[in-house]
Amino acid sequence: MSGFPDLTSGSRPVGVVSFAQYDNVRREDNRNEVEMLMPVVAEVFGNIGITKDDVGFICSGSTDYLIGGPFSFVAALDAVGVWPPRAESHVEMDGAWALYEAWVLLQEGEIDAALVYAFGRSSMGHLGEIMSVQLDPYYLAPLWPDPTSLAALQAQAMIDKGAASEADFAAVASRSRRSALLNPKAQIAYDRTPEQLLAEDYEVAPLRRHALPPLTDGCAAIVLAAGDRAYELCERPAFITGIDHRIETHAVGARDLTVSPSTKLAGEKSGVGAKKVDIAELHAPYAHQELILAEALGLGDGVDVNPSGGALAANPMMSAGLIRIGESAQRIWSGQADRAVAHATSGPCLQQNLVCVLEGV
Amino acid sequence: MAERCAVIGVGQTVAKSKREDVSIAGLVREAAVAALEDAGLTFADIDAVVVGKAPDMFEGVMMPELYLAPALGAVGKPMFRVHTAGSVGGSTAIVASHLVASGIHERVLTVAFEKQSDSDAMWALSVPQPFSAPLLAGAGGYFAPIIRAYMYRSGAPRDIGMMVAVKDRLHALKNPYAHLHLPDISMQMVEESIMLWDPLHYLESCPSSDGAAAMVIGSEKAAGASTAATGRPPAWIHGMAMRSEPTMFAGRDQVNPQAGRDCAADLYKQAGITNPREDFDMAEVYVPFSWYEPMWLENLGFCPEGEGWKLTQAGATSMIEGGDIPWNVSGGVLSSNPIGASGMLRFLESALQVRGLAGEHQVPDARRALGQAYGGGSQFFAMWVVSAERP
Repeated sequence: MSGFPDLTSGSRPVGVVSFAQYDNVRREDNRNEVEMLMPVVAEVFGNIGITKDDVGFICSGSTDYLIGGPFSFVAALDAVGVWPPRAESHVEMDGAWALYEAWVLLQEGEIDAALVYAFGRSSMGHLGEIMSVQLDPYYLAPLWPDPTSLAALQAQAMIDKGAASEADFAAVASRSRRSALLNPKAQIAYDRTPEQLLAEDYEVAPLRRHALPPLTDGCAAIVLAAGDRAYELCERPAFITGIDHRIETHAVGARDLTVSPSTKLAGEKSGVGAKKVDIAELHAPYAHQELILAEALGLGDGVDVNPSGGALAANPMMSAGLIRIGESAQRIWSGQADRAVAHATSGPCLQQNLVCVLEGV
Repeated sequence: MAERCAVIGVGQTVAKSKREDVSIAGLVREAAVAALEDAGLTFADIDAVVVGKAPDMFEGVMMPELYLAPALGAVGKPMFRVHTAGSVGGSTAIVASHLVASGIHERVLTVAFEKQSDSDAMWALSVPQPFSAPLLAGAGGYFAPIIRAYMYRSGAPRDIGMMVAVKDRLHALKNPYAHLHLPDISMQMVEESIMLWDPLHYLESCPSSDGAAAMVIGSEKAAGASTAATGRPPAWIHGMAMRSEPTMFAGRDQVNPQAGRDCAADLYKQAGITNPREDFDMAEVYVPFSWYEPMWLENLGFCPEGEGWKLTQAGATSMIEGGDIPWNVSGGVLSSNPIGASGMLRFLESALQVRGLAGEHQVPDARRALGQAYGGGSQFFAMWVVSAERP
């Protein structure tokens, strides 16, 4: 027991005390979502010696469109085995927002621990086409723009503004994939210079292959615990000192895509700039988006950005944001960082963003 | 400790088969603006927006809240999306209320909707899933065998379901927002309607509706300010509970689910309810198929197991017959079913009643009411208790 950090958000200290993720893979052909989740849920509880009976709330994040059927979260709940019945909820969002819902409930003081999990398989269909169904159904979806094409417009806008160059994108990808060499869960990791990467062909100009995230099947789980319970379960909990999320308009044509005001505001509300940041795990599926996010959060040169390799190393739909929080927490448990910023995004071109500040005592 | 919170504004659209005059954004905005006006507020007063709806395939838009952000005044604010199957309208209201109860926000707008005419829910529910028996007959096909098991267990007469179908449609005649207005409804008319899934006739099933519901949840301070501005009282939230049980578990009883009983027990403990039939003045309960009224009467503890049908038969749940515990005086899900909003409408109507603002379908002197929603294969439950009294 070593006390609690000052809180920017909420009034009850809540810590990340356990984290587990699936081996991120291009295509998991042998297991369905429930079978992928079961070992992850067992690991996240097993790490800290508790069971489902020790959590007062369960919240998950997923989206039906990846499996092409309704209620994908319904079957997934069988991975936890909620008998007797449990207090449980689900968001059609990345698991980072499921964590937010659990954090809110923990603030009220009725429960002391919660399980959060998220899952998604990109291999079940053509992800580019699926994601275009997420767009405005009247004005944008009928054009079938895929996420990479929209991200390319964003990257080109940065170049046109003089905010970044293709070499800058390559530098982000080079560093991320090199960091990923140390991440056993990474799907894509290599040691290549930005110059080597710039020799690649364009996927959608100005984005070359290295600037794109991999297609990933995966899932992840986190246990949150509040107050003294956090210390019972973890020697050095990663306390959530600030957490906030904001959304922008959906219409990409109405936004300045080179900046992220929603990330900036969420960062301010969660107190990112109040103290030194050691590491940041940013959910930037496309290389150039890391530059936009780092700028919005005011992260300086001293911050180790995406030591896990980030979403460029593995981008499991619906859990890539939650994994950023887990990766950050791991580095606080190990003492590698005292203060970390984790970020999750949703929607086209960084429309919606969540920022979570984690601190160890 | 949790802060006091209340419903300070409600709004709903008229439910119809096809709202061809509005887009999805237009539909949800109609309900949201009505809720804000009821609370004496504008979008600028709102701290966060919580959206709920049933499966996205019901419209064919993946995570539609992203596109709805500007229509709901959410730009620059936190926006949240809940999906817990049929119970989602209720769980969405609960998630929104916790944002206030936890002290994080003062005023939260919560909206639930379905625009069923944009797609085909029966198709969306019938997509084959690996290793699962295909439904192919929508929700009615799933629930009919459970209803037959209830009839077998309880020995209920075959006409109980038809009585519920008539009663809720008579209630709906007093609710201008209800989708179905069937002034000639009768036992004979229900019995002569086509048999869909034995024992459910066509008129014992809910309709397919387009519609939206919205509420503003406020802190004690926000409730005071709204009442001062509008003269309309809040509905205080005295308890909220959610429970889920697994799909693939042979030990489940889908006729009288444990999750529903546990959820009610938790809720009643929070709200100090010891005798639901006496302690509540009315209830809005998710009854999409007629027989779910007697089944939920038992599951919610309004009577001993096996006796729910006797309350229905005696008219205890009918406002028109002067029953002591009116259920679904709005007409219920049997009269309007914008799926994602159907659960929120139960919560909203219970709030409307204890505020005394339900108009022609107002239960006289309603002070305390129950709102309930369920979803999945009778496995997801969301409930709340609202009251005219501050907790």
